[in-house]
Amino acid sequence: MARMKFLCDADRCIECNACVTACKNEHEVPWGINRRRVVTINDGKPGERSVSMACMHCTDAPCASVCPVSCFYTTADAVVLHSKDLCIGCGYCFYACPFGAPQYPKTSNFGSRGKMDKCTYCAGGPEADGSQAELDKYGRNRLAEGKLPLCAEMCSTKALLAGDGDIIAQIYKERVAKRGYGSGAWGWKVAYKETVAL
Amino acid sequence: MASKLSTAFRALAFVVFAAFAFTTVPAIAQQGGAINPTAQSVKEDQLLQALKPGAPVAGRISIPDKQAANLIQPGRDWRAFNQETLPRLGAYSLIGIALVLVAFYALRGKIRIDAGMSGMKILRFGALDRFTHWLTATSFIVLALTGINVTFGKFVLAPVMGPEAFAAWAGFAKLVHNYVGFAFMAGVLLTFLIWVKDNIPSAVDVKWFAAGGGLIGKGHPPAKRFNGGQKIIFWSVVIGGFLLSLSGWHLLFPTAESIDHVQWQATLHGTSAFVMIAIIVAHIYIGSVGMEGAFDAMGSGEVDLNWAKEHHSLWVEDVMKGKRPAGNASPQPAE
Repeated sequence: MARMKFLCDADRCIECNACVTACKNEHEVPWGINRRRVVTINDGKPGERSVSMACMHCTDAPCASVCPVSCFYTTADAVVLHSKDLCIGCGYCFYACPFGAPQYPKTSNFGSRGKMDKCTYCAGGPEADGSQAELDKYGRNRLAEGKLPLCAEMCSTKALLAGDGDIIAQIYKERVAKRGYGSGAWGWKVAYKETVAL
Repeated sequence: MASKLSTAFRALAFVVFAAFAFTTVPAIAQQGGAINPTAQSVKEDQLLQALKPGAPVAGRISIPDKQAANLIQPGRDWRAFNQETLPRLGAYSLIGIALVLVAFYALRGKIRIDAGMSGMKILRFGALDRFTHWLTATSFIVLALTGINVTFGKFVLAPVMGPEAFAAWAGFAKLVHNYVGFAFMAGVLLTFLIWVKDNIPSAVDVKWFAAGGGLIGKGHPPAKRFNGGQKIIFWSVVIGGFLLSLSGWHLLFPTAESIDHVQWQATLHGTSAFVMIAIIVAHIYIGSVGMEGAFDAMGSGEVDLNWAKEHHSLWVEDVMKGKRPAGNASPQPAE
């Protein structure tokens, strides 16, 4: 089985936010929640880079570890998903996540933040693949249709790569070798405890 | 006319080009002649290495959620605390206090009234006292049980109940915890206001502790309305309750502040909670099965006179001489 990962080639990202928009539209993500976002580091300074970030589907994910109701599970593709039926909206995954992925539909009314929402790697949730219930709670399940996450598919400069970790790391390495530079595989060290050797 | 314009344009173009070349040539020379667009590129490695403890790697974001500007933030440390340190601390404090109390009961037994029941009663705690005590006590017990559920529920209850039933219970427990917290805050505040005047540490308390407080050894050292041990409980409730309230309040609105602050609040909340639970379990013991006649103080509010004379001799003297009213039921505000 593949070990699915995201890799954002920051030297290619032009901060067009197509990934953000594609994700919101594809999954009809609730108002106020961004499963994916683009952060610009050193904005306006020489060497500025933009990085598209979402849930990195960590190896040994901290969110799953701290969840008091164990609502997280890891698929055979190493995608970290959660059950909104079990989630109690306590906020612990939000405290523990290194990437700020878990979000809640309601932020004002204490005690009832609603069910946590995060990137599903376009892999839905525990409901039957492609079912209406799955669509309503988690969004489209593209992985079950043999497709990759839409954010990466939509990327205008092919900066955002999604797929088997070994393959996308190889693509990135070849790019870096060819053009002679690379700012690194953002988040990999934290998420996967490994990085792409350049 | 056309050639004149084109000459002027060429001259202008030359000036612009010369100016451009003049400014850029030294820059290229600095890079050793080769153009490297990432010579100044920000690299994740450098950012992670430069990271201060607790600080995130952050940038600019174009969506309203400013917290989303944090690209990579710490998390693993808190996860280790939450999943290793805190359960260990909780288990030690719960099992530890149970062992201590069982050992104490085995060695010391139930603390009896030496002189036996007198049959005469003296008002020790009025309605406001008892209301404050039970408001704080019931809310604390509810909060402790629902809080322990967050740390230990998935290890202890979930395997028995099954994931769905446990999640339903945990969701309910979370709501109860979040709302009952306000009753506890009110209880701690009232506790402080009505009892602080009788809980200022004094020389009497030093002697009380030096004499073993009536817990260890024979006899009862003199004490005013609250003895040294009760003052420790009082200040534990006030300080522990304040820390729990403060951190709990922050945890109700976790998206309003930075993630390292939230992690700090969660650490403080869990740690002070288990310390408080151990202290309060000891308090419950000595106020019920551990001591004859003690429960009446917060039950009916009236205690046996002999109990009062043994445990709070100086207070009884004050009441008998009319220096202070019995109980605290009088409508006078705290002095």
